[in-house]
Amino acid sequence: MAAKEKKLVPAVTVRFAGDSGDGMQLTGDQFTDTTAVMGNDFSTFPDFPAEIRAPAGTLPGVSSFQIQFSETPAFTPGDVADVLIAMNPAALKVNLRHIKKGGLMILNENAFDKDGLEKAAFGANPLTDGTLRDWQVVKLPLTDLTVNALQDHPLRASEKDRCKNFFALGLMFWLYDRNLEHTVEWISAKFAKKPEFVAANIAALKAGYNHADITELMPTRFEVRKSKLDPGTYRKVTGNEAAALGFIAAAELAGKTLFLGSYPITPASSILQDLSYRKEFGVRTFQAEDEIAAIGSAIGASFGGELGITSTSGPGLCLKSEALNLAVIAELPLVVIDVQRTGPSTGMPTKTEQTDLLQVMFGRNGESPVAVVAPQSPADCFDTAIEAVRLALKYMTPVVFLSDGYLANSAEPWKLPDVDKLPRISVQHPAQWKGPFTPYARDPKTLARPWAKPGTPGLEHRIGGLEKADITGTVSYDPENHEKMVNFRAEKIARIADDIPPLSVRGPAEGPLLVLGWGSTHGAIRAAVDEIHESGRAKVAQAHLTHLNPFPKNLGEVLSRYKTVLVPELNSGQLLMLLRHRFHEATRQSGTRLLGYNRVRGIPFYVSEVRQAIEARL
Amino acid sequence: MTQEVPSAGDPRPKFTKNDFVSGAEVRWCPGCGDYSVLGAMQQTLAKFDIPRENYVFVSGIGCSSRFPYYMNTYGFHTIHGRAPTIATGLRLVNPNLSIWVITGDGDALSIGGNHFIHAMRRNLNFNVLLVNNEIYGLTKGQYSPTSPAGKVTKSSPYGSIEHPINPLCLAIASEATFIARTLDSDPRHMSAIMERAMRHKGVSFVEVYQNCIIFNDKAHAPVTGRDTREDRMVYLEDGKPLVFGRAGDKKAIRLNGLYPDIVKFDPTTPQGLLVHNEADPRPNHAYLLTQLTYPDFPVPFGVLRCVEKPTYDDMMNQQIQDVIKKKGRGRLKDLLYTDDTWTVTP
Repeated sequence: MAAKEKKLVPAVTVRFAGDSGDGMQLTGDQFTDTTAVMGNDFSTFPDFPAEIRAPAGTLPGVSSFQIQFSETPAFTPGDVADVLIAMNPAALKVNLRHIKKGGLMILNENAFDKDGLEKAAFGANPLTDGTLRDWQVVKLPLTDLTVNALQDHPLRASEKDRCKNFFALGLMFWLYDRNLEHTVEWISAKFAKKPEFVAANIAALKAGYNHADITELMPTRFEVRKSKLDPGTYRKVTGNEAAALGFIAAAELAGKTLFLGSYPITPASSILQDLSYRKEFGVRTFQAEDEIAAIGSAIGASFGGELGITSTSGPGLCLKSEALNLAVIAELPLVVIDVQRTGPSTGMPTKTEQTDLLQVMFGRNGESPVAVVAPQSPADCFDTAIEAVRLALKYMTPVVFLSDGYLANSAEPWKLPDVDKLPRISVQHPAQWKGPFTPYARDPKTLARPWAKPGTPGLEHRIGGLEKADITGTVSYDPENHEKMVNFRAEKIARIADDIPPLSVRGPAEGPLLVLGWGSTHGAIRAAVDEIHESGRAKVAQAHLTHLNPFPKNLGEVLSRYKTVLVPELNSGQLLMLLRHRFHEATRQSGTRLLGYNRVRGIPFYVSEVRQAIEARL
Repeated sequence: MTQEVPSAGDPRPKFTKNDFVSGAEVRWCPGCGDYSVLGAMQQTLAKFDIPRENYVFVSGIGCSSRFPYYMNTYGFHTIHGRAPTIATGLRLVNPNLSIWVITGDGDALSIGGNHFIHAMRRNLNFNVLLVNNEIYGLTKGQYSPTSPAGKVTKSSPYGSIEHPINPLCLAIASEATFIARTLDSDPRHMSAIMERAMRHKGVSFVEVYQNCIIFNDKAHAPVTGRDTREDRMVYLEDGKPLVFGRAGDKKAIRLNGLYPDIVKFDPTTPQGLLVHNEADPRPNHAYLLTQLTYPDFPVPFGVLRCVEKPTYDDMMNQQIQDVIKKKGRGRLKDLLYTDDTWTVTP
């Protein structure tokens, strides 16, 4: 057994790529779990097609999983991979742009036969024609090695073949000096009912590890030391998982039944799925016949005095617009989870974008303000979900929770909160009323109307989509009343600004440049700004918005302290448009320029491009 | 709805019709059939011991959807076609309310057609009252999904080229557990049917033949008119043959293979006649009744179907209870702090 050199690196990005049927997401998940157990910081990015099983070996069928893990903080899944494992030629072709020049490629040469090359539309064999001269290439017959390792196992040939992802995982575990224990346990539990699969998958995993160990295959081993995360208890969490947990927590904190009305849609479906398992919390999930029924049922639950929420993505949000407006005029609490994806129309369902901001702000008839919040990382979906519920219940208003496809599926370590210290959400339902019940009498501070539950004697009342008279809530066509109610609804949302933290800035409090983002771009912006700091070139200020409607009270004042404000967004400048409109006067007076940096490719920002965009403005 | 049945001990009614009148000015056109539907509903609620705070009337858009404003109960006038969805959410968070969805032919069968069939097939425990006047009234006179082919309206000046939907047929195709038909000109029958609907556990669907005096006056008159009704309506009675027609010229329905025939009714030899069985668990009988349509057959009024099936809401509650029984009531701390956590020490 050759003792190999081990190279210490602060951060590594690895990409697993194969056919949709090759189990790459599972392989990536297992690698991630072990990364977590080994104490690294990490950020993951599953990148898969909408097709469930495109024809095997073809370019559309490629499914990839990228992870950056590190000793230093990992704010993103990494721009390009240091190491790529490609299970077939199509996976190689699709991912050539995702691997660093000079990086390591581990290729399954068994798949590089005539058929495989044709399906991937390679004219000549890239293993031999010099295409890969810029990379360190390790080719090995992954399929044969796996099948050989499983010679004595009582599985069919096709079943043995399917174990090759664990062989590949074993190679990677060796390369980064990880232990196999966690995955061995996982395999044992996962296939508990099929001991022959347990034995074969573990054998493949160990064979991969040992193969790397005893051959001269890999040039070096790498070591990534534990990250200096804050002390605490952690778990791995994706954005959708954290959101589901956040809404359960919010319901518990408010003492309400959580009701989710939802229609399956990528990339939001896993919230419905996760919540449908949580019946021990009394969570009621209703898989509706369509998007409209989904939000309608949530509004019905809220009218009934419980916590109604609905989850969807952009196309579904379009369908929900009319019902969302009903919740606006009826002034009922409601949370609409929009896990944004590319549009217009069906767009690219599994790809991410931040293109629904203006839709949630303005995409309804009439003057129709709603509160809008956006989580900035997978784990932050938990806190932001609780915040969305807090605002909805306190102000009797719909709140839109703007996540996106990247946050939904990306995972990171989550430092678990002290459950006992999470603030309660207080909710009051009137039990009686002085005189006839007045459903539109407002709380003088929040302007919220009373939330009388059906079943409460004496508070019988009728609400609905027709304009209502102030205080009494009877149907009203009075011009002055309508204007008053329009203003009340706007003012109610505006007053939320008194109830949210001011925007805080990292870095200089004034100066040449502030980088202002919102939502899932936080990691890339943060990493870019940090790189610039470390390079010693300049000090750039960074701020990130969680509350998009209303904005934090100090936002205009913050903007006016900088010469330039750069707003990177995964859209064509939607927040930028809001800022330019809202703070036109303030920024004109201070001479602040508001500029965008906008990409709409369906992928998250690369740190390098955000860094370049920032540097171009320095 | 069967949650609360009048107590047997006290025969005096606890409520009167007026207890359910909201006092809001009713703004339907003079002579609109909706007035009698509203009155029959208020009359019906007075037959139960359910206090008014436990009723919720949910409606969509259309003339009939103003209904909740006139009921002194909880009410929600929602958006076009979507009332069943709001009622669904409400039902699923509160098992104690008595819920009525008030809808019309356009609301339920056109824009809300999807929600209608799903509310029926799920067997949610609420009542759906469809006020059918075969016209769009609130938008001033366009043809509706129940308007007959050839109907001349403002939007079909050369006659409608659409085939109408048969609401009861759609309900039975969705396996609704309670299906009935009544008419605005017979308040006693209406109230009796509404009462039956309320006592049914599971979804109750009631179609009301209603007259729009302004845009579709006398649309149902060929069936329900004073001169024609004896020959063209048949009141269903459970366990009895379908007998109709004037005295001295009574007729009944007999099955000829799969198809109904009209035969002379002779009470001394009722053998072979179609006998109503509202509790038939199979949908075939009720489906056959929905196919008795004007002008070939007398149109059936009454309860076409009333069968027991588990309700969606009960099953949801049961699943939740079963899981809690098995796992214990969830604790937030256990939910977050799972087996796959790791600890970082200072």
